[in-house]
Amino acid sequence: MSSVTAGRATVRRQVRIAAPPDTVWEILGDPGRIQEWFPGIVASTVEGTTRQVTTGSGVVIPEKIITNDHLQRRFQYRITAPFVREHLSTIDVLDVGDGTSLVVYAADADPSTMALVVGGAGGNALKFLRELLEGVH
Amino acid sequence: MGRKILFVTTDQQRYDTLGCNGGALARTPVVDRLAAAGIRYERAHPQSTVCMPSRSTMLTGQHPSTHGVWMNGIPLPTDAPSVAATLRDAGYRTALIGKAHFQPYLDPFLRFVENALGREGTVPPGGQHRGFEHLEFATHGATGPMHYTRWLFENHPEAFGGFYPVLDGSFQVNAEGGGDTGAPQVKVNPIDPGWYHTDWVAQRTIDWIDSLADDDDFFCWMSFPDPHHPWDPPQSEVGRIDWREVPLPPGYPEDPARREAILDAKPRHWRMWYDGQLVSNYEAPAQWVPATLTADQVREVNARNAVECELIDEALGRVLGRIAARGWEQDLDVIFTTDHGELQGDFGLLFKGPYHVDALMRLPLVWRPAPSAGITPSVVSRPVGLVDLAPTFCAIAVRFPEEWMQGSALPVDDTDADARGFERVLTEWDSELFGVDVHLRTVTRSGWVCTAYRPGSVHDGSEGELYDLADDPLQQRNLWDDPDRASVKTDLLADLWDHQPPPRPQRLELEAPV
Repeated sequence: MSSVTAGRATVRRQVRIAAPPDTVWEILGDPGRIQEWFPGIVASTVEGTTRQVTTGSGVVIPEKIITNDHLQRRFQYRITAPFVREHLSTIDVLDVGDGTSLVVYAADADPSTMALVVGGAGGNALKFLRELLEGVH
Repeated sequence: MGRKILFVTTDQQRYDTLGCNGGALARTPVVDRLAAAGIRYERAHPQSTVCMPSRSTMLTGQHPSTHGVWMNGIPLPTDAPSVAATLRDAGYRTALIGKAHFQPYLDPFLRFVENALGREGTVPPGGQHRGFEHLEFATHGATGPMHYTRWLFENHPEAFGGFYPVLDGSFQVNAEGGGDTGAPQVKVNPIDPGWYHTDWVAQRTIDWIDSLADDDDFFCWMSFPDPHHPWDPPQSEVGRIDWREVPLPPGYPEDPARREAILDAKPRHWRMWYDGQLVSNYEAPAQWVPATLTADQVREVNARNAVECELIDEALGRVLGRIAARGWEQDLDVIFTTDHGELQGDFGLLFKGPYHVDALMRLPLVWRPAPSAGITPSVVSRPVGLVDLAPTFCAIAVRFPEEWMQGSALPVDDTDADARGFERVLTEWDSELFGVDVHLRTVTRSGWVCTAYRPGSVHDGSEGELYDLADDPLQQRNLWDDPDRASVKTDLLADLWDHQPPPRPQRLELEAPV
């Protein structure tokens, strides 16, 4: 589930969503739509490979988009704020082959606690996304 | 009108910190008087030795396996069962003032409703949250999106920086030392006592009580954040107890060789943590090595802890005085307890974790029934648990316990306890943090404490602890591998596994460090 080396840790969460991967990727692959599926993020702006998200507490977090691969359906970004020494979040949308998707959110960070703060919130966001796409909301 | 309920909790308070339980350091005359007029429990245990699971047990009346908050950082679902909702449905006015901690605190996204409420007001959207119609939150200092933090910032900003910073720059529990001895989580705090969170919780409780109508019944959970670390009470009060004159607690073997021999007879994570080789949980400073703890640091921590206990006792006295002034004394039930204990020097350790011994498990619990109920004062020696609180509140309110509650209303004496089967109390621990997982299951029964370890990254499943509470009240002799106690161990393990609570159907995920 999670592991740590020195001050660095990784936290991974996943959900199965009853929607085709292209449908899931349509939201996750658009960096400007994060506030639609990530509870706790209320706004975002995207300029090139730079994204700024605003959290519910009013904190503005700068991020750098590392990967946005529509063929592999992989999105990666780094938080570049000084409260993390290093961070990389990776979101993968995998085709299970039966019309559903496996979505994985992995957060690697130093300090380790930030991996859990970001990865835990990411896991909750995946559950929200599932409800969104499966018609609960 | 019925009986009114003042439910008083502290955080991380040991059994032996109350005068009525034999404590000699802190003066606690208010709770001592409640105990003398009511029921004092000598063997009350939590169902978890950390905050969120234990507090969730108080609210739901369920064991952690069942309510699903299996470690700190897992939010209790907002639709979880709540005894406050039961009482509200019965017509009670309901409030929670102080530390809640049903949802994680480390929340920069402000995605948890209880953290959001700290910014938005005291009345939740929809008129209630978990059955409480009024909520005002505080925690350990001026931190987080709490009502207390906002109040202090708006009214006394000069006092804001006096508290110990609970987390360090890496968002770990801070290991920085202070005071006279450099003990971890100790700091000189120049705050005016009237601005400290203990007084704030009491005053906000008084204000809420004053808002009630004369014929209202109420359930008020007054939840003090102390004496949980950091140990940074108002400096003006620290002189009440000179740490230099504090005797070392009996659970602290001053000789390092003896201390380490005791630890070596316990499952390996005890010694590994002591030596700084293992961090199994978030609740203690990761950068602090317990082997560095000095006798003077133990003295200073105990002195400051006792000061915080005294401040709580005095604050409770003011609340009780206000309730009496409203003419409600005869119909008021008071229950005083805490969520779990504190190692506080025992075995050369501080803080808490997967260590199922009296330091963390034996809790202060006092129930002063409403005088109008005519219940005879007593002392209960049989094992009870925090899981029994919710059914007790129902009994006070003349309600049947909800079917989802797993405990029973607290016994009023040992005869009542024996008649209703108070034979055992269960405690559990599960933690999974950054590749380290630890899993304990404990039964306390017939004067024995028996802990089995499930396999994890530290244990192979064969380890355990067995203590004879009569012969070894400090739990310094682990009898797990003693062939003369094999039959006792076998019986206790069978009892432990036979009485495990049903697990929640879907496992809840860890969402934050704490």
